[in-house]
Amino acid sequence: MATTPAKKSVSKKASVSEDAARANRERPSEPKPYKATKEELLKFYRDMLLIRRFEEKAGQLYGLGLIGGFCHLYIGQEAVAIGLQSALTPGKDSVITGYRDHGHMLAYGIDPNLIMAELTGRAAGISRGKGGSMHMFSTEHKFYGGHGIVGAQVSLGAGLAFGHKYSNDGGVCLAYFGDGASNQGQVYESFNMAELWKLPIIFVIENNQYAMGTSVNRASSEDQLYRRGESFRIPGIQVDGMDILAVRGAAEVALDWVRSGKGPVLLEMKTYRYRGHSMSDPAKYRSRDEVQSVRDNSDPIEGCKAYLADLGVGDDELKAIEKEIRKIVNESADFAEASPEPDLSELYTDVLVEQY
Amino acid sequence: MAIELKMPALSPTMEEGTLARWLVKEGDSVKSGDILAEIETDKATMEFEAVDEGVITSISVPEGTDGVKVGTVIALISSDDEVAAPSKSTPAPAVAPTPAPEVVVAVAPIAPKAAPATTDGAAMQSVTLREALRDAMAEEMRRDDRVFVMGEEVAEYQGAYKVTQGLLDEFGARRVIDTPITEYGFAGIGTGAAMGGLRPVIEFMTFNFAMQAIDHIINSAAKTNYMSGGQMRCPIVFRGPNGAAARVGAQHSQNYAPWYASVPGLIVIAPYDAADAKGLLKAAIRCEDPVVFLENELLYGRTFDVPTGDDHVLPIGKARIMREGTDVTIVSYSIGVGLSLEAADTLAAQGISAEVIDLRTIRPLDTQTVLASLAKTNRLVVAEEGWPVCSVGSEILAVCMEQGFDDLDAPVLRITNEDVPMPYAANLEKATLINADKIVAGVRKTLGL
Repeated sequence: MATTPAKKSVSKKASVSEDAARANRERPSEPKPYKATKEELLKFYRDMLLIRRFEEKAGQLYGLGLIGGFCHLYIGQEAVAIGLQSALTPGKDSVITGYRDHGHMLAYGIDPNLIMAELTGRAAGISRGKGGSMHMFSTEHKFYGGHGIVGAQVSLGAGLAFGHKYSNDGGVCLAYFGDGASNQGQVYESFNMAELWKLPIIFVIENNQYAMGTSVNRASSEDQLYRRGESFRIPGIQVDGMDILAVRGAAEVALDWVRSGKGPVLLEMKTYRYRGHSMSDPAKYRSRDEVQSVRDNSDPIEGCKAYLADLGVGDDELKAIEKEIRKIVNESADFAEASPEPDLSELYTDVLVEQY
Repeated sequence: MAIELKMPALSPTMEEGTLARWLVKEGDSVKSGDILAEIETDKATMEFEAVDEGVITSISVPEGTDGVKVGTVIALISSDDEVAAPSKSTPAPAVAPTPAPEVVVAVAPIAPKAAPATTDGAAMQSVTLREALRDAMAEEMRRDDRVFVMGEEVAEYQGAYKVTQGLLDEFGARRVIDTPITEYGFAGIGTGAAMGGLRPVIEFMTFNFAMQAIDHIINSAAKTNYMSGGQMRCPIVFRGPNGAAARVGAQHSQNYAPWYASVPGLIVIAPYDAADAKGLLKAAIRCEDPVVFLENELLYGRTFDVPTGDDHVLPIGKARIMREGTDVTIVSYSIGVGLSLEAADTLAAQGISAEVIDLRTIRPLDTQTVLASLAKTNRLVVAEEGWPVCSVGSEILAVCMEQGFDDLDAPVLRITNEDVPMPYAANLEKATLINADKIVAGVRKTLGL
């Protein structure tokens, strides 16, 4: 059974300073939990809840046959995308991820209607129905996908970071990948060049403990994934990815480091997905008790609720948010179901940009 | 006893070189390991070391001499040791120790007579294909700051095949970027940079190594525009030498044109001469779509007429009739075009008038030009330096069957390399590769002769 992070764990601190002593190099400072205002915390709660309810709805639509193919839900990992992307500047900083991409899009403020309509393969979808769950983009938001090949987004993200540096636009690329992708060769090719050229990129390993059905320690000789960049001199930080304030705190440290021109940083987000790898995964490789234990002890939304309670936010206020979110999600489902499929004439459009 | 020093072959494709500088003079004593001269090949300036000890008795090729054929005697050394074995007399191991100076290592197909000019009335200058490619990149980099060149040895080394020579000096390290040996990684970085709005030119030292990176070319670059519903473009050029070079064996001798040409979303260009190489590379860099630009190492050193000025941009997707004819059509691309023109000369002497078409762009294919020629000649062969199975030739065959059946007086034939991995032995390699004689034989077969 994979170990799951205990809430507000402090065990990472020791390993980071241990590495620092060994490496004798400048390192980012130890991240501290983010000191959120009540308004910020409420927004984190709202944004995480939007992802949770959106994904639950997507799961329902899949069950009804309205969403086809692969559909990878982000439930359980919400604090990662929200904690990190709330620290970015949309339109300036770029984001790229793999196929489990719905949450990152919602976190960047992309219209839920356009996302849900893409999941149902409709003309109104963000990729006009031609991409599907795994292939969604919003260049307007500098969200660059949505990539179905495990690990490809890491090299592509390094390319986006190369573009930020080349254009001197002050932007940073946030490139997400999973614990499974962290064993792909091109990830290390990209680490090497990113550090060699001091590219402005934050590599984020979303370690949800399972690469499809293979647990981290069955697949990774070094299972402390935050160390995976150290031989390229990329400092790594392990973060409790179930705690929104820990994630946001790490984002601040990482952004300071990268924006000051010191090159890339690697964040390992210890997180957990509650659902299967995709909708068709029966998840026999772990026990119900394991999943339930994480839900009971480390749920990011419940954790955020507790922080809000400490600030005196009452149930009524949270219920109002819940109601608003359910409305948004239901509307997106209605929109996605009611929108027409792409016209058949779209079959041959967008293969190439130009005419030859 | 005098030992002959011969012009060495310093690369697999070198046929001749420039004796740039002598570092010794007549009467000097030399020993093994001393640098005797600097020799400039079409790729680099190389030092030429002594193997034997002795005194330089004569220098027969003065410094500054261009076009010295491999195997030419350039100096004599008198050996102190009268019993020196004659087999030690050859400094370059690539040259057989025979007295005949005309021995060469790598024989590239003979350049055909000048191809018809691409631009009517334009002033022409004579440049190598290598220089034409470099000029195309340099002109586009001057024109658009978003254009940059990335690859292995493209900057400080000046290009493994010297195609990027001088670019670092003019544009600096921001825009001419040496990478580690990491094809998958830098192909992905280039693709990501293109998605982000830049115009990368990614050089593969050869396309054989691009197989390490083919995922990004196909899955990341080619499919992006479609998958995003036209929202996210990927204007990138992947370029480098493709196809067989000379004596480099199976893993370094493959034509990938059919592979890339099968992928919707890619543009695939494979030019033959320098004017097309320049005009099409400029078009490729300006293009909004991802382009695979397939060059040929054996053509890099060839000299052709190229229009002067920096506005020579050719349309993508248009084939070119290289030679008009009436009896048969030979369709080819890249190095096969030169062989086809050579074959057409031979056929003309036999009273057969062959039309030669250079496809230039493999995807999208200019089927109109091919079919119009077929309608005129009623017989067609495809000449391709590559394997026969699922080849560009196979595709042309299908097009002729599907759209030109009524014009066919004989089956379309594919004249290609043999269907084997490239062997190393000189005789086997020669037997594997397409050549003008094989094209002549194929044409005669299709004519029933």
